[in-house]
Amino acid sequence: MTLSGWLQIGLILGLAALTARPLGLYMARVFSGERTFLTPALSPIERLFYRLTGVSPEREQGWLAYTLAMLAFSAAGFASLYAILRLQAFLPLNPQGFDNVPPDLAFNTAISFLTNTNWQAYGGETTMSHFSQMAGLAVHNFLSAATGIALALAVTRAFARASAATLGNFWVDLTRATLYVLLPISLLLAIAFLATGAPQTLAGSVEATTLEGAKQTIALGPMASQEAIKQLGTNGGGFLNANSAHPFENPSAVANLLQVWSMLAVSLGLLIMFGRMVGAEKQGWAFLKVVGVLLIAGVAVIYWSESAGNPLLTQLGLDPANGNMEGKELRFGLALSSLFAAVTTGLSCGAVNAMHDSLTPLGGLVPMFLIQLGEVLPGGVGSGLYGLVVFAILSVFVAGLMVGRTPEFLGKKIESREIKLSMLAVLILPLAILGFSAVAAVLPAALSSLANSGPHGLSEILYAYTSSAGNNGSAFAGLSANTPWWNITTALAMALGRFGYVVPVVAIAGSIAAKKKAMASAGTFPTDGGLFVGLVVGVILIVGGLQFFPALALGPIVEHVLMLAGKTF
Amino acid sequence: MGNPMQHIRPAIVMLVLFTALTGLAYPLALTGIASVLFPWQAGGSLIQRDGKIVGSALVGQNFTSPTYFQSRPSATSAPDPNDSSKTVDAPYNAANSGGSNLGPTSKALIDRVKAAADAKREAGWTGPLPADALTTSASGLDPDISPENALLQAPSVAKARSIDVAKARDLVLAHVEKPWLGFFGEPRVNVLLLNLALDAQK
Repeated sequence: MTLSGWLQIGLILGLAALTARPLGLYMARVFSGERTFLTPALSPIERLFYRLTGVSPEREQGWLAYTLAMLAFSAAGFASLYAILRLQAFLPLNPQGFDNVPPDLAFNTAISFLTNTNWQAYGGETTMSHFSQMAGLAVHNFLSAATGIALALAVTRAFARASAATLGNFWVDLTRATLYVLLPISLLLAIAFLATGAPQTLAGSVEATTLEGAKQTIALGPMASQEAIKQLGTNGGGFLNANSAHPFENPSAVANLLQVWSMLAVSLGLLIMFGRMVGAEKQGWAFLKVVGVLLIAGVAVIYWSESAGNPLLTQLGLDPANGNMEGKELRFGLALSSLFAAVTTGLSCGAVNAMHDSLTPLGGLVPMFLIQLGEVLPGGVGSGLYGLVVFAILSVFVAGLMVGRTPEFLGKKIESREIKLSMLAVLILPLAILGFSAVAAVLPAALSSLANSGPHGLSEILYAYTSSAGNNGSAFAGLSANTPWWNITTALAMALGRFGYVVPVVAIAGSIAAKKKAMASAGTFPTDGGLFVGLVVGVILIVGGLQFFPALALGPIVEHVLMLAGKTF
Repeated sequence: MGNPMQHIRPAIVMLVLFTALTGLAYPLALTGIASVLFPWQAGGSLIQRDGKIVGSALVGQNFTSPTYFQSRPSATSAPDPNDSSKTVDAPYNAANSGGSNLGPTSKALIDRVKAAADAKREAGWTGPLPADALTTSASGLDPDISPENALLQAPSVAKARSIDVAKARDLVLAHVEKPWLGFFGEPRVNVLLLNLALDAQK
């Protein structure tokens, strides 16, 4: 670890923290239907969308109708994306002449992009036509993120309102999230990525003759536009196989700064928006502190472990000061690679600028653990906010048990129904991750996909289901995931992780919205102070993390010990 | 909640409208903007010499001749021409990016690095070996090497070209890209640009 490394990390995280408030307040205005500087330009488009879809923007929905609208939209998205991928050979903008995507891979990819996971069992530049990338995958980069924001708004309004029967209108929230938030920022971001060197062309590839006279085919495409929403929407599905490690997707350290900032920007802004909309901005900052504590701890452990390096390599004469550079790009070095690995997994983004499979054992444990904590640091666009609210509900419940009072959060009484639904949501992750991993660990059809043996092989399995159920999308990419077993089971894990989590959460929102808002009294447990921040951190670690410890002990932890003992596989 | 069927029309029409807006209008408009504002970057930062494309300034390429500075090892592959279900090693294949994905306790990784380290020692490298010279990058297309790596290669490149070692070292030092603002990023040398300068020297 070096001082300049920490300065780089500090600069990026500081920048993201700095933009959280303006962005949060802007979103609070947008989603309350107030005028913003973009209203004159965008409201005609917005009104046109409502007219063509037959949506009355004033008509609000209860929690069930809101959920059904979300599910109907997701089903339509699945059908259209699956069809585009299966038919891509007959569709335009296919300069490389790629074949139709096979059924199991198309199924996996459609679920993956729909659920904001962007798990990729394919290499972009060897599988997907430009049409599939632009009109298929990138559309869902926008819409799955906008869906996440909409769901977060339903939860936000539940706490903002008292004795209310409705949570807003899904179609309005979806439209505004795309038009007023994701699209304008993406446009600016894409131009910035262009300036740093990301290509944007409809050409499929170009042939170069290298200095030594060999042929080099260089894959090209409309990458800058896709890169922007891929990061901003915490999607993470790269245009190219190497994702943000590829010099076209992420050409320089400055581009990397933009990449990490854009992953964090909306999710952090939504925390402040939540605080503002429920009338307690300090609550948003308390969430931000929870995120900060755990995320910075994660960055520190990865950075420390990658700097300590791999003793099996340093004893061959590699400079110990260089740390572990296998699977890393020189222009990012250890600091920016470690930061990216922690942020992309704390966030449910899943883009990578270094190969997680080649991280040191403890450096690879952290990304896996950050996903297992429930993707709340600060989590995916929208999903991070409602995940944090669930942990806040569990925290006030724990606090209530300790002092023997009915728990309250933001003036709403938390009762048996909310706790049951919260636990139901929180238990989806271990069920999907540990359940599928246990089966895959003994199934020959699953094990034949492993690239590494020994404990690292178990880590590859565990990471795959952690990433898919957590809707993250990053991978220990040595795993050959494009087989029927992996395509189908990871798709099921992704669907469970998204819908199995969010349906109980919107149901909680429905019952919270209907409750009266109690005034804070001397006996109310304050939820914006240091004690609460510490409590939530503890609940996230204990309720979210502890159950994965036995599995982690058999994977990365035992691998670390064996690495120090000089054992190889 | 009313009739659940009421959601079907908005679901389908919204999807069509947003596909047109975010899936076609947005990337195509940006392609237009790019061709005006940043035409070189938009086309892939291609470098031409004598009217021929020799590569991209951002994408590394494979150098095997002793007269050139060598890029980092690369783990990219290509389909086996004899059996399309298999792959063969194809370093710096810019049509199929990717890393080795070998874990830290992988015997294949340790053996590969050991062989590369032995080769460097044989070539006369002394002292600690720069890690970037022996490890594969994440993309397999890393355009850069560390200044230490480049300087260690200078004597053999100078010998193969029959030029002064000092001249080769000066060329390396002139091609070191410093971190942005002095601290942001890592010092690096773009191998393709360095080798082009080497060729231009004659």
